[in-house]
Amino acid sequence: MKNLATKSGFNWLKYASPKTFYPLAGKLIPWCAISAATLIAYGLYIGLLVAPTDFQQGEGYRIIFVHVPAAWFSMFLYLLMALYAGMGLVFNAKLSYLMATAIAPTGAMFTLLALVTGSLWGKPMWGAWWVWDARLTSELILLFLYIGYISLQAAIDDKTRADKASAVLALVGAINVPIIFFSVKWWNTLHQGSSISLTKAPAMAAIMLQGMLIMAIGFWLYSIAVILMRVRCEILERDSKTAMFRQD
Amino acid sequence: MKARHKRFGLIAVGLILLVIAAVLITNSFRSNLVFFFTPTQVEQGEAPKSGSFRIGGLVESGSLKRLSDGLHVQFKVTDTAKTMLVEYKGILPDLFKEGKGVVAEGKLSASGLFEASQVLAKHDENYMPPEAAAAIEAAKAAKAKEGVK
Repeated sequence: MKNLATKSGFNWLKYASPKTFYPLAGKLIPWCAISAATLIAYGLYIGLLVAPTDFQQGEGYRIIFVHVPAAWFSMFLYLLMALYAGMGLVFNAKLSYLMATAIAPTGAMFTLLALVTGSLWGKPMWGAWWVWDARLTSELILLFLYIGYISLQAAIDDKTRADKASAVLALVGAINVPIIFFSVKWWNTLHQGSSISLTKAPAMAAIMLQGMLIMAIGFWLYSIAVILMRVRCEILERDSKTAMFRQD
Repeated sequence: MKARHKRFGLIAVGLILLVIAAVLITNSFRSNLVFFFTPTQVEQGEAPKSGSFRIGGLVESGSLKRLSDGLHVQFKVTDTAKTMLVEYKGILPDLFKEGKGVVAEGKLSASGLFEASQVLAKHDENYMPPEAAAAIEAAKAAKAKEGVK
């Protein structure tokens, strides 16, 4: 690791230490927060005012501009959390565990948002608030996994042990993410298939797609800002004895 | 071998075993995880004989009719190979349309009529403005005309 760091000329590993990461995160937060607010506002403007009415769902489809990006980030943040948890286990790196801890509440929030907006969308379009099909059920399990991760960490007093135990839970639960993603392909579900894929042309009008992608980037920047804020709090809470953070 | 390589190997092996287990489980649950049966599957006896289950497919064009009591509706669900007659009493969802997807929950009566207790509309993943949809329809119609000629 040492060799790698010196060879690249720039010692990026130095930011793996909470002490140097703390001020860096502080500098990044305002930029991410401002661009997130701008992009989400612009995305909502496109989604609610510019994008045309849908040919079969009318105006009701506009919830897609929140629902789909929220669902993407519920899954993506879980994978990111599991990755950080795994890195924490492998490298015994405290900052990795702190990042995983900081991601969980945001991921849970996006999961809940996807479930609630989906429910609001399902009633007028399908005719039911909730159905137990594979897509909806696996997304609900994702919410339970996030909640389980957060509670397990809160239940163990010894922070080192709490980090390790919850990291194992995060890694095991990661298996659910591909199941959510491919559920509409593998099984008969009421939920429709993906409109966007890497291999096919998107099954939606360009302006609709544009609004959705802008919302997604906005959600991403929002996640970064909030997660960095939370990780700074975690660093302060856990390292309150370190000289650098002492208030006196 | 350093300790962190060992830990990495352990986690990697654990995750691989987990993936294998998940694949086996989801494969064996494949038939239990379906949300609905198609008319062909019902015909082949894959759906439960007694009790309630769901069927899914497209509402056959021209098959929707309201019965004389004004409350019951009848329509045919097709998977383009087989069709089933469905009877339902209640309000149909807004997206319920002939030629579009539908999922109905209910029981199969002895006469082969599917008595639905709930009807859900299943829409597809296409989103476009009405003008684009109209253009596609027009193009399809023109193509069909060409074919007839």
